Amino acid sequence: MSQALVIVAHGSHLNPGSSAPTYDHADTIRAAGAFDEVRTGFWKEEPSLREVLRTCEADEVYVVPMFISEGYFTEQVIPRELRLDDWDVADWDSDGLSADVATYSAEDTGQTVHYCGPVGTHESMTDVLVRRAESVTGDPNVGEGFGFAVVGHGTERNENSAKAIEYHADRVRDMGRFEEVQALYMDEEPEVDDVTDYFTAEDVVVVPLFISDGFHTQEDIPEDMGLTDDYRTGYDVPAAVDGHRIWYAGAVGTESLMADVVLERAADAGADVSAAIESVRETTRVAPGADD
Amino acid sequence: MLARQFDALLAAAESDGGIDFDGLRVVREGDGHGDDAESNDGYTFATPEHEATGLSESELHAHADGNPYVSNWYFWEREVQRHDSPRRAFLRHAEAAADHGVHERYDALADGMVTEWGQLRIEATLTDDGDGYRRYDVRHVDDADHPVEELERYDDPLDARDLSKHDDDGMYRPLKTGTNLPTGWTFHDLGWRDAVETVETLYPATVANWYREREGRLDIDHWTDTTDRQTGIYGVVSELPREAVEWVAEAACVDSQCVKRREWQYDEGDELAADGGTGAFPCREPCSLVIAAARRWTKLEEEEPREYTFHLTPSEKEQIEGVIDAVADGRVDEIREADVYEDANRYRTRYLRAKLFDDHGDLGGVPTDPDDHENHDDHDE
Repeated sequence: MSQALVIVAHGSHLNPGSSAPTYDHADTIRAAGAFDEVRTGFWKEEPSLREVLRTCEADEVYVVPMFISEGYFTEQVIPRELRLDDWDVADWDSDGLSADVATYSAEDTGQTVHYCGPVGTHESMTDVLVRRAESVTGDPNVGEGFGFAVVGHGTERNENSAKAIEYHADRVRDMGRFEEVQALYMDEEPEVDDVTDYFTAEDVVVVPLFISDGFHTQEDIPEDMGLTDDYRTGYDVPAAVDGHRIWYAGAVGTESLMADVVLERAADAGADVSAAIESVRETTRVAPGADD
Repeated sequence: MLARQFDALLAAAESDGGIDFDGLRVVREGDGHGDDAESNDGYTFATPEHEATGLSESELHAHADGNPYVSNWYFWEREVQRHDSPRRAFLRHAEAAADHGVHERYDALADGMVTEWGQLRIEATLTDDGDGYRRYDVRHVDDADHPVEELERYDDPLDARDLSKHDDDGMYRPLKTGTNLPTGWTFHDLGWRDAVETVETLYPATVANWYREREGRLDIDHWTDTTDRQTGIYGVVSELPREAVEWVAEAACVDSQCVKRREWQYDEGDELAADGGTGAFPCREPCSLVIAAARRWTKLEEEEPREYTFHLTPSEKEQIEGVIDAVADGRVDEIREADVYEDANRYRTRYLRAKLFDDHGDLGGVPTDPDDHENHDDHDE
């Protein structure tokens, strides 16, 4: 029986770059050859979540949400729009971080849909955050003498959003690789505006746990941290702020290793993708001295 | 004829029932089950024009070699396959297979058979070597007469994502079926898989929905179905009045704005008066762009009308109407700088503003809110 991977994401009516990471990771996975079909679907673009399943011929579909945390989109919008028969969020049996997979039949197509948890809460996402630090510094061994900040939106709209930030910050800290690790938020304490207050290390890598670059990661956060007075004029990497060097990485979702997290989600749901995971990890590695 | 085509033909002739496809019938007779197996032994090869029975394998080869019915059978039954699939139906549609026999189609394919699909022009042809393989060219309908060399040429269907992201003026296209598909490119000399993939990348899910409609099982979600299931910030859209939904459809869902044909109505049995259009493929529910715009309209329709008094000359009234028309019809960029006979000409419009707006930007000096005289300072930032 043929199997398809469908990556679902938010997309945008206004920002043409919103879909780019989703397309890029889909292309990486397509090239690895683990699925008969790899498709993408969007809440705000096309194919819509409503119609993406019918673009697949496969009988068995693994759906992986390109979202940072469990919440409104993963629990309500996506299952409803995909028409997952008898969807019940309790089937994920999640504490807000542990959704893995629940399997349903799609009402309109009859396909078997393995609906996976979001990429943002998967444990392998921690590796992508660290990889992002390697990419932005061009140093595959970055860590010694460096602080590391994970930035999230905060709890304003969704308490699980902060849980995901804390979870990955704890995991990076437990690696013992960076001098200091801190979770920061856009709309609550500890705030990203005060980033330099939270580190003694001169060099600090700042990675926003966002799927794609847009208003928040390209305009708000750089200005809030003082990397630039006006986002339109750009900022240096690293940028000097209050005696620190801030290595601002931009959205983690644009890192090519994200394709690995998507595959891990599908693998956890039962897809046979082990060879593809090896291949993707290999092809997305950072070369020493790579300039990002 | 390719060796694999004849091998496949032999194998299919031996199989249960043999071949019966698009006018071609090939079957191995005398399989030992009949009383008179000896005399009937051999292959039958039949087309609408010709029938031969009792053929040996080499005689069958001679009949099959160079025969369009055979290459046609191989292409559809051994290459495309997937009976009852949208992509097969679409490719059959691209050469009007339901209406024309194999000879007619081969003659027409030699010159190219064209299907229009929204703003796409899809041309099906045959390869020159007589093996029956179809090739496809996909481009903008407005580029029909351009030689391939004059267009930007692509081979990978996934490239269609980037090239269709912006219109010819460089503006982001939030709606893939909007009527602003850029021009100047071609996906040329594609195989059948890539042809369908290219079409589906430019116009996602249109082949699947067209197929469902043909099969009589298009799952239409009307306005009320779609708005009733909205939650979060879009929950309010179900409150938009019935008459305003007419204006939504007229504003956004007509042929001048979207190449889909609107099949959704206000509700089952409650049709909208607006023209649904003549598109080749259906629109089965209000799209996310319409829902997002309707959210704004729902908020705006919550306001009560007020009476304002303005003094306009007859030409000024007509000019305001002309400006609205020009914006609504996307004509503003076409109006020449010195064409002061056009209502939406920039100088004419600036003159009107200079004459009729006060320092606060209020038309005729009439504040939008009667209590707003004192609050004007807030606007001045």
